[in-house]
Amino acid sequence: MIEARGLTKRYGGTLAVDGLSFDVRPGQVTGFLGPNGSGKSTTMRMVMGLDRPDGGSVKIDGRRYHDLPWPLREVGGLLESKAVHPGRSAYNHLWALAQTNDIAPGRVDELLELVGLSGVARKRAGKFSLGMTQRLGIAAALLGDPGVLLFDEPINGLDPEGILWVRTLLKRLASEGRAVFVSSHLMSEMALTADHLVVIGRGKLIADQPVAAFVAQSSRASVRVRTPRPDPLIAALTQARATLQAEPDGTLVVSGLTAAAIGDLAAELGIALHELSPHAASLEEAFMELTHESVEFRAEDVPPSHAPATEVRP
Amino acid sequence: MVTTSPRMRALPPGRYRFWGVLRAEWTKIRTVRSTVWCVLATVVAGIGIGILASASEASRWRNGGVIDMVLFDPTSVSLTGLIFGQLAMGVLGVLTMSAEYGSGSIRATLAAIPRRPVVLGAKAVIFGGVALVVSEAVSFAAFFVGQAIMSGSAPTATLSDHVVLRAVIGGGLFLTVLGLFALGLATIIRHTAGSITTFVAILLILPLIDAAFPAKIGWPIARYLPAQIGAGMTSTKSVGNHVSFLPSFPFWHGFALLCAYAIGSLVVGGVLMVRRDP
Repeated sequence: MIEARGLTKRYGGTLAVDGLSFDVRPGQVTGFLGPNGSGKSTTMRMVMGLDRPDGGSVKIDGRRYHDLPWPLREVGGLLESKAVHPGRSAYNHLWALAQTNDIAPGRVDELLELVGLSGVARKRAGKFSLGMTQRLGIAAALLGDPGVLLFDEPINGLDPEGILWVRTLLKRLASEGRAVFVSSHLMSEMALTADHLVVIGRGKLIADQPVAAFVAQSSRASVRVRTPRPDPLIAALTQARATLQAEPDGTLVVSGLTAAAIGDLAAELGIALHELSPHAASLEEAFMELTHESVEFRAEDVPPSHAPATEVRP
Repeated sequence: MVTTSPRMRALPPGRYRFWGVLRAEWTKIRTVRSTVWCVLATVVAGIGIGILASASEASRWRNGGVIDMVLFDPTSVSLTGLIFGQLAMGVLGVLTMSAEYGSGSIRATLAAIPRRPVVLGAKAVIFGGVALVVSEAVSFAAFFVGQAIMSGSAPTATLSDHVVLRAVIGGGLFLTVLGLFALGLATIIRHTAGSITTFVAILLILPLIDAAFPAKIGWPIARYLPAQIGAGMTSTKSVGNHVSFLPSFPFWHGFALLCAYAIGSLVVGGVLMVRRDP
């Protein structure tokens, strides 16, 4: 398990990571969410002992990374997709890493098979597509069969089939009892794979809770209401301290009241309703809600509910 | 309370060792083409330029004056190419480290081996070993080929002559130790182009700058420059060689100074490696 306590990293005058504390527990996929530039990669590098924290500490199973006797057999990391010498073959890249931690050569073949690179194992890694490079990075992370795994944006550059493969793999690794820590800016992806979420914005912890709780807690749970007589209803809802938003087609998006309460209110006033539909917030909306304040670079004038999809797939 | 992640397989006793890291570095250096190119370039430059120098010096000896004849050093002449072979060997030393930073693989390496001086040490041993074998082979080959070319038209040397064997072995040592200096330089600079430029500047440009100074200032400094140390180490005469008549340190002094340069750059590189985030 990973235990981060008060992790802090400063670049010049900017705090990239600001007093971050969280746990990554075995047996589940912990999603690490945050907008671009929020400090996810920096945090992961600190966990792997690559970047030195300016404050705080992080331990793997109670030890500093530096003190792990067999680092690759205890922690596996996919930190950047391009972490391979372009002139070296996939096999030799993995074999060199394996030798450092006394890992048997058979394990290299096993992993190349697992990630589907057996056919190109002797080809130079520089010729690999982004997706193949990503698979090679995943193979490197799994080389020592470690109990703790970190994946920084693992589905970057993968095709839909590859994405499904990674999703299944992450879940399987967690179900085998490993602690799996996955960063992503793709909320929908985390909704499908993560059990637990650590959300950060501008280096600060925003949320650390199970996915379901994270969604439920969002204030963006809302009810869509359509009525031929909006004005008296708007007045009544405002009086009942609900917040509402009118969409261009006249639909009201009401939050702060349950669908039942809105229906009762309309009935009391004798207002006919043409639609009354509750909307549970998606993980995406919950995330936007939480990180809205902490987004470093934001497109102007885009209301959060209509923000461009954060998921862009090739 | 510490919750331990379940072990997928039991960990072997002890911890990762230097031997494993050495094997990994050997795998790395032998599995990239740049190693082959650098070794080839060292061989071609070291022997090829030695052939050219031997041929031209032999003809100069026939037509030269008395001073040329007195100072003629067939050993040193045949080893002229080593300074150019040094460029290629320096590039290999640089790439051994800088390619890791350039490609980002340094992070995979340091995640596998968190004790960074171990990584630098293993690279120095493996590169040093490869460099020593290649450099000595090139130095001896250049010597024999050069003597063969000069024989008949100019005096030649044999390994049994006074300090000739030392000079030929010294040529290989010069290449090896200065290659290690380049490895340390790359650990400090971390960029391939920047490291190579710096190395070339120290090897070839500094002597030119030094030569621009008046002799009173330039001569005492010259003997500290790596190229001049190399000239001294491959010479069998006490003063200068056929390329420059600048004074150089005696063999062992020069070699010790060269080693100090290499150790200095490796130690500074090692300290920076520990301090800086990769």
